[in-house]
Amino acid sequence: MTNSEKPKLAMYWSASCGGCEISVLNIHEKILTVDEVFDVAFFPCIADFKVKDVEAYPDDHITVCLWNGAIRNSEGEEMAHLLRKKSQFMVAFGSCAYEGCIPALSNLTSKEATFDTVYKNNPTLDNPKGFIPTTSVQVPEGELTIPEFYNTVKSLDQVVDVDYYLPGCPPEPHQIWAVLQVIVGALLEGAPLPPKGSIVGVTNVAVCEECDLKKDEKTITRFYRPYEIVPEASVCLLEQGLMCMGPATRGGCGALCPEVGIGCRGCYGPMPGVEDQGGKMLSAIASVIGAGDETMEDDELEREIQAVVDTIADPAGTFYRFSMAHSLLQRAKVNGSNGKGEAA
Amino acid sequence: MTEKNNNQEKVGVYVCHCGTNISKVVDVEEVAKWAGEQPNVEVSRDYKFMCSSLGQELIEQDIKEKGLTRIVCASCSPHMHEKTFRNACERAGLNPFLFEMTNIREHDSWITDDKHAATEKAKSLVRGSIDRVVHHEPLDEIPVEINPNTLVVGGGIAGITSALELADAGYHVYLVEREPSIGGHMAQLDKTFPTLDCSACILTPKMVDVGQHDNITLLTWSEVEKVDGYLGNFTVTVRKKARFVNEEHCTGCGICIEKCPFKEVDEVFEAGMGERKVIYRPFPQAVPKYPVIDKENCVYFKTGKCKACEKFCPTEPNSIDFEQEDEMLMLDVGNIILATGYDLFDAKKIPQYGYGKLDNVFTSLEFERMVNASGPTDGKIVLRDKESKPKSVAIVHCVGSRDENYNKYCSKVCCMYSLKFAHLVHERIPDAEIYDCYIDMRTPGKGYEEFYNRLLEEGTHFIRGKVAEITDAARIPEEEGKLIVQVEDTLIGRQRRVPVDMVILSPAMEARAGSKEVSQLFKMGCDFDGFFVERHPKLDPVATMTDGIYIAGACQGPKDVPESVVQGAAAAARVAGLISRGTVMMEPVRASIDQDACSGCKICNNMCPYNAITFHEDNEVSEVITALCQGCGTCVAACPSGVITGAHFTNEQLFSQIEGILWDVRPEKTIA
Amino acid sequence: MTEQFEPVIVGFLCNWCSYRAADLAGTARIKYAPNLRSIRTMCTGRVDPQFILKALRDGADGVLVAGCHPGECHYVNGNIKATRRFVLLRKVLNQLGVEDERVQLLWASASEGIRLAEKVDEMTEALRALGPLNWEEKVLHRNNGHEAAEAIAVLEEV
Repeated sequence: MTNSEKPKLAMYWSASCGGCEISVLNIHEKILTVDEVFDVAFFPCIADFKVKDVEAYPDDHITVCLWNGAIRNSEGEEMAHLLRKKSQFMVAFGSCAYEGCIPALSNLTSKEATFDTVYKNNPTLDNPKGFIPTTSVQVPEGELTIPEFYNTVKSLDQVVDVDYYLPGCPPEPHQIWAVLQVIVGALLEGAPLPPKGSIVGVTNVAVCEECDLKKDEKTITRFYRPYEIVPEASVCLLEQGLMCMGPATRGGCGALCPEVGIGCRGCYGPMPGVEDQGGKMLSAIASVIGAGDETMEDDELEREIQAVVDTIADPAGTFYRFSMAHSLLQRAKVNGSNGKGEAA
Repeated sequence: MTEKNNNQEKVGVYVCHCGTNISKVVDVEEVAKWAGEQPNVEVSRDYKFMCSSLGQELIEQDIKEKGLTRIVCASCSPHMHEKTFRNACERAGLNPFLFEMTNIREHDSWITDDKHAATEKAKSLVRGSIDRVVHHEPLDEIPVEINPNTLVVGGGIAGITSALELADAGYHVYLVEREPSIGGHMAQLDKTFPTLDCSACILTPKMVDVGQHDNITLLTWSEVEKVDGYLGNFTVTVRKKARFVNEEHCTGCGICIEKCPFKEVDEVFEAGMGERKVIYRPFPQAVPKYPVIDKENCVYFKTGKCKACEKFCPTEPNSIDFEQEDEMLMLDVGNIILATGYDLFDAKKIPQYGYGKLDNVFTSLEFERMVNASGPTDGKIVLRDKESKPKSVAIVHCVGSRDENYNKYCSKVCCMYSLKFAHLVHERIPDAEIYDCYIDMRTPGKGYEEFYNRLLEEGTHFIRGKVAEITDAARIPEEEGKLIVQVEDTLIGRQRRVPVDMVILSPAMEARAGSKEVSQLFKMGCDFDGFFVERHPKLDPVATMTDGIYIAGACQGPKDVPESVVQGAAAAARVAGLISRGTVMMEPVRASIDQDACSGCKICNNMCPYNAITFHEDNEVSEVITALCQGCGTCVAACPSGVITGAHFTNEQLFSQIEGILWDVRPEKTIA
Repeated sequence: MTEQFEPVIVGFLCNWCSYRAADLAGTARIKYAPNLRSIRTMCTGRVDPQFILKALRDGADGVLVAGCHPGECHYVNGNIKATRRFVLLRKVLNQLGVEDERVQLLWASASEGIRLAEKVDEMTEALRALGPLNWEEKVLHRNNGHEAAEAIAVLEEV
C-alpha cells in the first residue's frame, strides 16, 4: 500500500481531544476520495502503525502530515521532529496544533499543581502513597519509562517548522476538504500552493461578519455566564453581556456558535496582524464597559469599573481559551508573589 | 516585529550636544558611534546644536547627498523642536513624517547625574526611534477651511471684549448669554479698583456697542446645547429660551414692567438684596432692552389670570406673547471663545462665619449691590433692616480661598475689592470704624499697592490673621447686640474679639457650577477646581487643547477686569489670525478603518468623543470621517480585529519602538 | 557588594499631559531614576494592552501608563477607556502571575513633573524589591529539553 505512487497522508494525535480526527472522518463520502488520492502512511487513530514504521521511511516520504494537538510532553516533541523530517508538508491541524487551545490553558498553572490536582488532591482519587508519574521507574522486570510531562504546553510551530495552519476546534469539514483539495490540486495538476505559513480555510474578517445577530453600539454594565440568562434571540450576545469572542476571532466557521446562542469561543484565532488575541479582546471588552466617567474621582472610577470587571469569570481563561500558547506571555509566572494562576 | 522590513531604508541619526545640556551627562559621541552600528542606519553624527541653521543644514545635506530615507534626531523634547526638524526634512525633499525625534534632554540628561545610565538610556531611546522610523509612512497634512463666523459664549466683560474685537475687525460674531442681558458680574459692581471708576459707566457703552453692532448677532436668554464639528467647522445648537416678549415688536418702553403687579426677590442681579417684577429687565441699562417673563412665578402661567403686561403693552401688534416657545438655532462657526465667567463661593459652606444665620453678615456681591447708587438701598450702607447705619464694619478676606477645606488657590481679586469696600465705607460713613482681616495683603498690579497705602492712611484697622469665627454670642456688655469677629492678630500675637455692626465676607471666585459639563460639551479640559485648562500655562493661556476653542476671563481662573479684557482681546486676536489665513493645515494623525476587513462588530462606534465613526448600514462596516477625527487612537486600541490604523502611531510602529527601546534586555528571538 | 538591580520600565506617556510632565521634570532638573524609557502616544486611550504584554515579554520589568487626570483628557475621556482596560488587564495579569507593582497607571498633568518623577522613583524601588521579571528566561525557560526540570526547580525555590 505505501509503495504506490500516490501521495502519502499522515495524521497524528498529540495533546488534544481527538475531535480533529473525527472531523477528518466527518467529511462524509469525500473520505472515499481521500482514500482514492492518498495512501495512508501513518494514522494511528484509524490504522495500526508503529513509530518504527515511520522511522524507516526516507525523509520527505510523507506528502502531507496533518498534525493534531499541542506539544504537552516529550513524546509529542519527539514525534513532531520525526514527522517533520519525514513529511513534505506539515499542517498544524486544529486549534491545539495552531495555538495551544484547551491543553495550553494549563499554562496558567504549573506542572506541579496539575499533578497535585490529578494525582493527589482530588475527591475521586485513591492514591494514599501519593504517587505521581516519573519518567523512569524500576520494576522487577526492568526499567519502565514514560514521556516527560512538560511545564509549558506549546503549539506545533514552537517546536518544529510548520507549512500551513488550519484553525478550528475542530476545523469545519468543508474547510478540511478545501485544504486537501488545494494540496491534491497542486500535487496532481501543478496548481500553485499558498505561501508557506498561510492560515488556510479562514476568511480575513472577524466572525461578526458571518454572524446574523443584530449588532448595535455596545455599553455593557454586567457580564453573565451562559447559564445565568436566556439571551434574546437575534440580538448580539455581547450586547446582552454574554462573552463572545467573535469580534476578535477570524471568521470562516460561519459563526456557528453565536447563531445558536452561545458566544464565540475564539477557536479560529486572532485576525491577521493581531499579535495577541486575548489582549485585543480584553481591550475591546474593557472599552465598552459601561462604568466610570470623567467626573469621578480616581478611587471611585476604579471601583466602579472593577465592579463590572468582577462579573467576568476567569478572564484569562476566557480571552486566551484557544491562544494561550501563542499569546505574547505564553504562560503564567507561577513563582510570583501573587501569581497563583488561579483560573476560576 | 515583522520581517517585512524595509532593509532598504537608509536612516540618518543625529545626536545633539545641546551645548553641554546633553553632552555633560550623556556621552553623545559614544551614542552616535553606537547608533551607526544599528540596523538600517546609513549615517550617524553628533553635533553641538542640531536646532541651529548649521545643524539643520547637516540633515538636509545628508538627505540630498546620501539619499537618506528616514531621519532620527536625538535632542530635546518633540514639543520643542519637532517642527524645526520636520521642516528641515521637507526642505530637503523628504516627507516630514519620515522623521522621528528622540528626547534625550528633558527625559534623560536633565534628570540624572549618572553618566553611564544616561548614556545607556539614550541608546535605548535612540534605538526605539530607529526601529520605529523605518516603519513610518509619508503623510500629508490635512487642509481645513475656517468658517469666518465665531461663537462667543458668555456676555461678561471678557466675552464682550472678544465679540467687539472680532466684530470691529469685520468678522461676524454670535454672542450667546444665558441671562436676559449681557454685562455679567461687572454690571453688578459699583466701583472698580483701584481707580474707583463707576463700573456701569465704563461697561454700558461697550454693551451698547455690542447691541448695535452690525457684525454681532446677540442671543441673550440663550444657552448652547450641543457642539459638533471641529476647528473651522463647528455646528453649534443654541436654545433660545422663550422670553414671552416679541423682540420684533417690543420697543423696550418698560410699561409692562411698571404695570406688573407681582414682585420676586432678585437672586441673580441684585444678589438677593432687592426685588424685581415678574416681567423684568435685570437692570435699567440692560442690553438688549427687551424684558423677559419669569414663567415660574408668573401668575398668568400659574393660574391663567392676570395678563396685566399684555393689557398695558402699547405696541401694535402686542409684544407680549404667552404662546412663545423655546427656539433651537443651528449656528455654523469656525471658532469658539468661551467666556463663561465665575460663581461666587457659597459662604454658607463655612458655618462659623454665620452667613445666612446672622443677619448682618453680608457677601461681597450683596455689598456691591447695596453700595450701588441704582441698587436696592440707593447706595446707602445699611444693616439688614435697611435703616440702621453701621458704626463699625469688619471685612473678612479669603472666605473659601487659600483654605485647605475649600479652595487651595488664592482668588486673586479679593484683597483689592476688600480694600475698595473699606474705602467706600470710609467715604459714605466717615466716622465708622473699619477692621480689615487679611492673611496676606496681595496687591500686585498697576496702582494697587498705592491703593492699599491710601487705605492705610484713611484709617482702616488692618488685622493680619485668619478669622476663626463670627458670632453674636456676647461675653461682655460691650459685645451685646454686636457681631463679634474672633481673629488671631498674628502681628501682635494675640487673639482678638472685635465687636462690629456689620461683617462683609470676601468669598473666593469659583468655577461655574456645571463647568465640568460645559467642558465636556465643548470637548476640552477642565481642572480639578473646575476652571478651564489653557493649552500652555505660560505661552498659550487663551487656547485650549482643542483646536478652535479658546477661553477668556474668569472661566480660566480668578481674574480682575483688566485681565479679563486682555484675555478676551487675546482670544479674539487668535481667532482673527485663523480667519484671515482662511485655511489651516492639520496634523494627519488620524484613524482609518480597513473597509475590507471590518466585521461591523460595532465595538468602536461609541469610542469616539467626536462622533467621527459612522456605520454604513448597507455594507455593514464602520468608517472614520477623517475631518472629525482628532487622532487620539482610542478606537485603534479598541478594535478587536486590529483593522483600525492610527496614522503615525500604527501598531507596527509602536511594537517596533517597544522592541527597539528594549534592545539590550530583549531575548534574541521572539515568536512571531 | 553585589551590583544593584536596575529595573527597566517602559512608559507610555500621553502627548498632552504626562509626556509634558516628564518634559517639565527635566526642565526643572528634578533628579529621578533613569529607569523609565518613554514612548509617546497621543492619548492613554491609544495604549493597546498588547503593547504592555509585548513590553513584559520583551524584557521590561515594569510598565507605566501615564496620562491626564480624569476630566482633563485632551480627548475628553480617552483616559477613562484606558482605565477600563487597565482594570481588566490587571485582573488578567494577576492570573498570569504578574505582580500589580509591575504594571501601573498614573495621572500626571503637564504641570506635575514632580508627581511623575516621584512615581518613577517609587516604581523603580518597588521593582528592585521584586527583582527582575525576565519573562523569557525565568518564566518560559527558553532552553528546550531542560525546561521541565528547571521549572520544577523554580517551584521548589518558593
